[in-house]
Amino acid sequence: MRSESKLVRYALILLAAALTILFIVLPLAAVFVQAFDKGWEVWKAAVTEENARAAIRLSIIVTAISVPLNLVFGIAAAWTISRFRFRGRDLLLTLIDIPFGVSPVVSGLIFVLVFGAQGWLGPWLSDHDIQIVFAAPGIILATTFVTFPFVARELIPLMQSQGADEEEASIVLGANAWQMFRRVTLPNIKWGLLYGVVLCTARALGEFGAVSVVSGHIRGETNTIPLQVEILYNEYNYTAAFAVASILSVVAVITLVLKKTLERKTREAV
Amino acid sequence: MTFSFKRPGILPGFWPAFSYSVLYLSLLVLIPLSAVFLKSATAGWGKFWSTITSPRVMAAYRVSFGTSFAAAIAAVVIGSVIAWALVRYDFTGRSIIDSLIDIPFALPTAVAGISLTSLYAPNGWLGRWLAPLGIKVAFTPLGITIALIFIGLPFVVRSVQPVLEDADREVEEAAASLGANRRQVFWRVLFPAFRPALLSGFALAFARGLGEYGSVVFISGNLPMKTEIAPLLIIAKLEQYDYAGAAAIAVGMLVASFVILFAINRVQGRSRRFLETKLS
Repeated sequence: MRSESKLVRYALILLAAALTILFIVLPLAAVFVQAFDKGWEVWKAAVTEENARAAIRLSIIVTAISVPLNLVFGIAAAWTISRFRFRGRDLLLTLIDIPFGVSPVVSGLIFVLVFGAQGWLGPWLSDHDIQIVFAAPGIILATTFVTFPFVARELIPLMQSQGADEEEASIVLGANAWQMFRRVTLPNIKWGLLYGVVLCTARALGEFGAVSVVSGHIRGETNTIPLQVEILYNEYNYTAAFAVASILSVVAVITLVLKKTLERKTREAV
Repeated sequence: MTFSFKRPGILPGFWPAFSYSVLYLSLLVLIPLSAVFLKSATAGWGKFWSTITSPRVMAAYRVSFGTSFAAAIAAVVIGSVIAWALVRYDFTGRSIIDSLIDIPFALPTAVAGISLTSLYAPNGWLGRWLAPLGIKVAFTPLGITIALIFIGLPFVVRSVQPVLEDADREVEEAAASLGANRRQVFWRVLFPAFRPALLSGFALAFARGLGEYGSVVFISGNLPMKTEIAPLLIIAKLEQYDYAGAAAIAVGMLVASFVILFAINRVQGRSRRFLETKLS
């Protein structure tokens, strides 16, 4: 069959590689180059500085709460949607995707409107001396909202394509619900589940827009890693900003490697 | 209205899983999201309208829509070239490039933002070559567009790739054997088959670009009326405690992005039906 000439083929390959490097690889490479611009010692000082450590701690706490919440929801939603037919199933499937269609800034805004000083629950909360917005709970809520669909979106297609035969067989053979879940469902979905958790974790650690709206931007208290990067950058402390950013970039690279591996494992599990 | 739930089969756990999913979805997503609509309504239609039509907000919408549109078009062109090379040709480094395409999905937006700014600043790696040519990127709409191309590219590549992989090469061969030249094969046979994927990649990149914040705020320079994007204006309104104003701008953006997502579903549904009737 006639295809492109060799020349066109090489030109297109080169062009594709050049475009990928220019638009995608260069921004990642620039982070590392500028992070280590002034040497290893400066990098180390920047990431172990007190406020940076507090930011890392807060990011880990926020992630450790929001990812399990969305993990449990993802399993429940995938079980409901992939194993039962009911009215409103398509609607539920559509509604799960909503957070992906909402601007990060709006994702933060909605929690300010509910819990902020002039929000729906604001007066009640201030009467009871509870602070949600501009404090850690608000950051957790916004992060959970933004990462809400990840696990469910991985599991639903996977469980739909696997079908319910094995689970039904286990019930017929006398397993109870927990035994079925532990011995049949979980082993079947584990790679897809892990994949969803990896994507969810990466986004939770790196979320900026939504968290920026609900955080009080208090150094050492309500700053996550990305917010710390912003502060350092706006203070023209570029090397420190890129040093802290390099932590997030390493997470991103690990995410990509895991993604590739888990995608293959998930395909094999279908 | 009656709800009837049919539970075929014998699997356990419908009610607990269903109730938990709906409860969690409502508490975390639906109720908070309704706040933005209700808040913008409390101030009344007049206030809503005067907010979203004020010159500064209109300028921000123009910047947001204009740069997102330009970036989505550019992402479709660049993304198609990359997807084509990845699917059609076998070359060393192909699987590495394939993995690298996902970097914008994985890299936090704030990190991308400061990195792109440093690259395109007048003394940056790329900016220093563009500055003598009189091309200013950082702190101009062009800079915003470049940040949005970065964000949008993976959406296009990942939309086009599976369609290219599934494309039946026999159809191309048939067209060629009937005397079509390569250009005719491309425009008459390949392009119509990829149009839905290109459209959905475009729409995803466009919708994502409209709401994008982290990768844009650093490179945009945030000059009111010139390089201020709509999400940034929401934050500005919040800082002035104008909750209703912030909600009004947000509603304008939400409506726009839902219309776009709805349009993609329509287009995709139509092209699916088109392909199904063609195959049967």
